[in-house]
Amino acid sequence: MRGLEVFVQGAGLWAPAVATWADFKPWLDGALDDAEPGKPRAEVLPANERRRAPDSVLLAATAAGQAVAASGLDPAALASVFSSAHGDQAITDYMCATLAESPAGLSPTRFHNSVHNAPAGYWTIATVCHAACSAVSAGDASFGAGLLEAAAQAIADDHPVLLAAFDTRGYGPLLSMTKITLPFSTALVLSPSRTPQSTARLVITTTPMAPVSRTRDDRLQAWATMNPSAAGLPLLEALAHGTGVDVVLAASAGMALHITGETLT
Amino acid sequence: MLPLAITAFTATTALGPGLKAQSDGLAASRSGLRRNDFSHAPLDTWIGRVDGLENMPLPVDAAVWECRNNRLAWLAMNQDGFADAAREAPRRHGSERVAVVMGTSTASIGATEQAYRTLTEGGAFPQDLQRRDVHQPNSLTGFIQAVLGLQGPALTIATACSSSAKVFAAAERLIRLGVVDAAVVGGVDTLCESVLFGFNSLELVSSEPCRPFDVTRGGISIGEAGGFALLERREVAPDAPRLAGYGESSDAHHMSTPHPEGLGAELALRDALARAGLDASEVDYINLHGTASLKNDEVEAALVARSFRAETRASSTKGFTGHTLGAAGIVEAAYALLAIRNGFIPGNLNASQPDPACGPQMAWRNERQPVRVALSNSFGFGGNNACLAFVAGERA
Repeated sequence: MRGLEVFVQGAGLWAPAVATWADFKPWLDGALDDAEPGKPRAEVLPANERRRAPDSVLLAATAAGQAVAASGLDPAALASVFSSAHGDQAITDYMCATLAESPAGLSPTRFHNSVHNAPAGYWTIATVCHAACSAVSAGDASFGAGLLEAAAQAIADDHPVLLAAFDTRGYGPLLSMTKITLPFSTALVLSPSRTPQSTARLVITTTPMAPVSRTRDDRLQAWATMNPSAAGLPLLEALAHGTGVDVVLAASAGMALHITGETLT
Repeated sequence: MLPLAITAFTATTALGPGLKAQSDGLAASRSGLRRNDFSHAPLDTWIGRVDGLENMPLPVDAAVWECRNNRLAWLAMNQDGFADAAREAPRRHGSERVAVVMGTSTASIGATEQAYRTLTEGGAFPQDLQRRDVHQPNSLTGFIQAVLGLQGPALTIATACSSSAKVFAAAERLIRLGVVDAAVVGGVDTLCESVLFGFNSLELVSSEPCRPFDVTRGGISIGEAGGFALLERREVAPDAPRLAGYGESSDAHHMSTPHPEGLGAELALRDALARAGLDASEVDYINLHGTASLKNDEVEAALVARSFRAETRASSTKGFTGHTLGAAGIVEAAYALLAIRNGFIPGNLNASQPDPACGPQMAWRNERQPVRVALSNSFGFGGNNACLAFVAGERA
């Protein structure tokens, strides 16, 4: 295949220690301490929605909001792909526990928030976006698979696409299966063509499963073991540092992405 | 867009396993719905249940994937020679050149529910359910990729009830860009407590068999189903039916209620027709989303009435299968393809008093006529809409 060439128009990130993409580089450089404990701010959501929103929606909307703001694009016209290995684990735990004990008491709001595309739905409602919007999963390869889907859509339809990748922390008995102990989200706006806002050029090719890249920063490598959406950190670290990109990320059980490129000034 | 050949397809629903069971059930106007006998604390409702899954374990070497959803996937893929066709594709193209794109809303959450019902005294999952791969949305896709021995891209699309319609769009992009040469697409959803009690909590479940587009319809009947299609480039099989277009859109209105004017549904329809290079007047049959929920049918009836000529035929098949949620897209894609193959329009079952919002396009009874162009609508929670356009292949 020919490589899929896309341009990064904006990025977003939220982790307990780093609340924004703007803080990410100074934090990596040691110029910024860990953030105070807090929730993802999700400023794109109306205040009443933000108060009620489940973890997954706050995480996704926070990173997505940062990336879209940086891109200068109108979110109302922006197609999007929301990728998550496990969706909202607090809600899955609530649903399964309630169904085991008193199924008739299930909360209708929690049920409609349990769909994997709840963050995608809240995002499109908050941004009044009528464009195509998807919610995807690929297990531990969810970041890479989401990146491939977003890049493919950007090029195939010749318009920018928002990728948001997030996983909440695990709760209850389900935690023993998902083993996710760190909430994390990140987002990229990808364009099929270079614009003045472009900060990096990426070329994505598929490759048989190969050892995936490690981050240079040990703290990030620890995150990547605690949250499948943090598997994108080798790419995000390179983008933050403004260095050349040459990373391998899993995209399915049998296949990886080789991503090369350079930052643009 | 360049159309893609659909070189194999199949569906399994409450009407039975495989396409013949679907065709026979539709032709006989026989509903597959039954009184709910599934739940551990049964709700007073009707369901579309696939018989016999309890006694159909997965092959021993796939036991790690064991769960009701993957059993239904296995049953469905072994109908109509689909599994053989899907295993033949990597021999032609290479195992890394065949994508898997599956749509599901339930995935195997039923297995996670079961684990929570049978926790150990220490609050842990019981030993036989300590299988990480089934307690996640990607369970179905992982199972399909593993049993077919495929090494290409693999993606789960989980956009509620539009999930397994959108798989066609994602697969088409990967083929068009040359990332792969073929794609196994499909979807499987199974009955579980989450959807039965969940839709019940939203007061969307009917206490009788669902009656799409009836003026006194009382809500949905939930069903389970699975289906698959194999997509390849058109030149591989010029006479095979084709995916001609697809449309995707968002309502931006409400999490569980459709846009009152059907804005997102209409955008998806226009997108599908534009990609297919078709005019609405060329459409012969539309398999409607038609869930029998008050709002969906009202909005969709108006959209059809204002968008198509009177001779276009339209029906919901949810009265046969129930609303199969994440599998509805692939099941109803199969029904659209059967309409093309057989020149058969399935009548909209169970509507004894048609909603006056319905136009002359509605096929209330079975009809026979050639079908060249067939659409399928799928709309989901979160205001997530998809429309698929299929056309007949070239006649020899």
